[in-house]
Amino acid sequence: MLAHIVRRIMATIPVMAIVALFVFSLLYIAPGDPAAVIAGDQASPEDVEKIRKGLGLDRPFLVRFGEWSWQLVHGDLGTSMFTGLPVTTLIAQRLEPTLSLMIVTLLLSVTIAVPMGVIAAWRAGTWIDRGLMAFAVLGFSVPVFVVGYVLAYVFALELDWLPVQGYTPLSRGFVPWLENLVLPAVALGCVYSALIARITRASMLEVLQQDYIRTARSKGMGQRGILFVHALKNAAIPIVTVIGIGVALLIGGAVVTESVFAIPGLGRLTVDAILRRDYPVIQGIVLLFSFVYVLVNLVIDVLYTLLDPRIRY
Amino acid sequence: MPLLEVENLQTHFRTPDGINRAVDGVSFHVEEGETLAVVGESGCGKSVTANSILRLIPEPPGKIAGSIRFQGADLLKLSDRAMRKVRGNDIAMIFQEPMTSLNPVLTVGRQLGETLRLHQRVGKQEADERAIEMLRLVGISEAKRRLDEYPHQLSGGMRQRVMIAIALSCRPKLLIADEPTTALDVTIQAQILDLMKDLKSKVGAAIILITHDLGIVAEVAERVMVMYAGRKVEEAPVAELYRSPRHPYTQGLFGAVPKLGSSLDGTATRLAEIPGVVPSLKERLPGCVFASRCALATDLCRQAAPALELKAKAHFAACHYAPKEALAA
Amino acid sequence: MTVQSATLVVPPGIAIAAPTAEVLPPVKVRRGLFGFIYRYPTIAFGGALLIVMLLIAILAPYLGTVDPTALAPAKRTRSPSADFWFGTDMFGRDIYSRVVYGTRVSLTVGLSVAVLASLSGLIVGLISGFVRWTDGIIMRIMDGMMSIPPILLAITLMALTRASVGNVITAITIAEFPRVARLVRGVVLTLREQPYVDAAVAAGTRAPTILLRHILPNTLAPMTVQATYICASAMIVEAILSFIGAGTPPTTPSWGNIMAEGRALWQVKPFIVFFPAVFLSITVLAVNLLGDGLRDMLDPRMAKRL
Repeated sequence: MLAHIVRRIMATIPVMAIVALFVFSLLYIAPGDPAAVIAGDQASPEDVEKIRKGLGLDRPFLVRFGEWSWQLVHGDLGTSMFTGLPVTTLIAQRLEPTLSLMIVTLLLSVTIAVPMGVIAAWRAGTWIDRGLMAFAVLGFSVPVFVVGYVLAYVFALELDWLPVQGYTPLSRGFVPWLENLVLPAVALGCVYSALIARITRASMLEVLQQDYIRTARSKGMGQRGILFVHALKNAAIPIVTVIGIGVALLIGGAVVTESVFAIPGLGRLTVDAILRRDYPVIQGIVLLFSFVYVLVNLVIDVLYTLLDPRIRY
Repeated sequence: MPLLEVENLQTHFRTPDGINRAVDGVSFHVEEGETLAVVGESGCGKSVTANSILRLIPEPPGKIAGSIRFQGADLLKLSDRAMRKVRGNDIAMIFQEPMTSLNPVLTVGRQLGETLRLHQRVGKQEADERAIEMLRLVGISEAKRRLDEYPHQLSGGMRQRVMIAIALSCRPKLLIADEPTTALDVTIQAQILDLMKDLKSKVGAAIILITHDLGIVAEVAERVMVMYAGRKVEEAPVAELYRSPRHPYTQGLFGAVPKLGSSLDGTATRLAEIPGVVPSLKERLPGCVFASRCALATDLCRQAAPALELKAKAHFAACHYAPKEALAA
Repeated sequence: MTVQSATLVVPPGIAIAAPTAEVLPPVKVRRGLFGFIYRYPTIAFGGALLIVMLLIAILAPYLGTVDPTALAPAKRTRSPSADFWFGTDMFGRDIYSRVVYGTRVSLTVGLSVAVLASLSGLIVGLISGFVRWTDGIIMRIMDGMMSIPPILLAITLMALTRASVGNVITAITIAEFPRVARLVRGVVLTLREQPYVDAAVAAGTRAPTILLRHILPNTLAPMTVQATYICASAMIVEAILSFIGAGTPPTTPSWGNIMAEGRALWQVKPFIVFFPAVFLSITVLAVNLLGDGLRDMLDPRMAKRL
């Protein structure tokens, strides 16, 4: 079993290499002249040339890739064109809020969505099931920032239960930290929860049709035992898979959520970088997030071995 | 009083295309310790009958009507809770697909011990010991090691033995075996049959054996019931049925069985198939269910459904034209 | 054939079985249009909503709208009224007109991305599944692409190009097609193992025919369902891109742009954000419902894989 885990870890290295190559190549894939676009309409030809040099577009692809990879392996993500600061510094400054938001959202979403899906599957075909799934489709369809605004409007502006925006670091206390994160987490988690609830329901339904559930029932097992002892563990693999894949949604959604709720995290950094066309920062953040995503899916992969003995032996 | 008495069992299902009358008015009984075989082709309702006894039919699309009296009490009138006490405890069931009937993520020991812990409140230690006993009883070697293994590590034959062990762990009075050997290789089939015969004498349970294989019936059963399109068409003791099947459908079934050695002694002929297909269970037929495929069918058959009549000693058949023997006075 | 017992002559001594009772109430088999709506309410509802949206997009000039880009600073940020059904924004533009014309932008983006991503994914997936030596490389590249969260990928591409609807479509397509490729490749690989494909090869059928007759039809169902989800996703991504300033040009009346413009004032004039939000949500909901319904109708087994 350990060998299997080590193999999975080794398998992610080529994936990360490809991700790095791909992120690097985006500069070359984009149609038109990125240097001119970044320089802006008012720029003179000299400015454009300066930017082109700064991006390394004047040198051959492979040479540039080699340099860039070398820097990457040493933890150097480049320098911000706008502020002159190393990208890693900028990222480090903004890491905590984004991390907090994503972890709280993940925990909240899984805690709510999985039971929702189980109940919907158990009561499949009834109004409870249809209601829960209608809720899920809605959560799936309303864009994250719309939910954010609605929540902020109702709970913060009108009812004044929670702060409208901003972020309180954990060091200043758990409750204030959480208060600022509740609304953004709910907004960000809507789509994520909807997906998890749907896959939980679908997976549980599929499992409940299986022969071994009928065997369990014929032994005299009650509903709760069937759902939680026999069914859930078998249904877990697709559910856990979606929890992993859905992290991509959390990452993408964080960008917007941080804008709506004025959270000074990596998402805001991205938005600012876009407005200023500060490409190295964008590239650095995308790279970081992608690596995190690959790692999350590696963890999920390893989790499979714990869930399914057929993989283990 | 018979151990199990089923009277006018009807199990219907609601489908978008109409009502599926899978079992439509079947009555039979099983005495203590006896083995009743239920025979018929796919789709005739034998599995649905078996599942109905244990009320394993999902009730929103399905509905069971009639009465199923087990040791005097009508199972259809029991509460869910009371029914759960019966399942696995007084009446147990084994299924056709050993490959998929065991939970792949739980160990064999866990699944074996579950029945014991559900019904007899034993601790884990004792449950494991009893589990080992059961595994030995069904002929699985290295029982202790098997407890911690997972179903996918066992062969098909072994899995079916485990299923039997699970079913018999609480010493049920009635065992329902739904095509227990159909999904197994022929050699394994023979082994499982021997096992079942052996256990019959050791455990003393009554058995309802569901199968489409007439060969197995002769080996294990004392009485036979033939089903077609959701109804019972014939019932007789084994020897009697094999000697003289009365219903045209049963005769057709026997006719379709290849006979070993028939090409040597010159009696080989084409296998006689029964022409036509089973009628859709969604339409109500006014006459005999078998009329559309029966060589002897007349207008009377198509208009009036025959009732089960006593044709010979303990031998019933539902056919207007099945010959009756004069019964001994 | 109904039986009248009066006309039936039953010979004596014949036993007739008693008729069996009805256990369940009869099932009304509904056919035709109502039957369809009864069986597949999600397709009916989603499809109907989508058609309404399409009509709004096509008939935009005739729905009581004015020029969505006409500036009128004197009439800034008026609340919804009889003159301006959805109010005006900070440049005095009529929000109702902008939202209605925005339908065109969003639907164009959504449908274009769905079609382009499906086509490119189909081609890549077919090559990868059929031409074995390319499979390893192509799938590695697809895996790499899928490791980047789609919105970030689109953002990066948009950061390097001029804002235009065309570039937005391209960027989102690049982000979405790997999933289609993987899906198609999966279908091809499973089908390749099927006995009937082996039989076709053994009978001497040439590769293109196998492709067309056996493999392609089987990809259509999952691809169609996937395409609807991509359409919905593309519309949301476009809105997000526009919202953070990396999407369609500011003059284009896309829903994301309108919401972006309304951002600064949302606490006092929430209607600027509200109306495009509602339209966007309804449209995306319609497409998602349609996708769900299609999935249930075409292949219920796919429900496991979403």
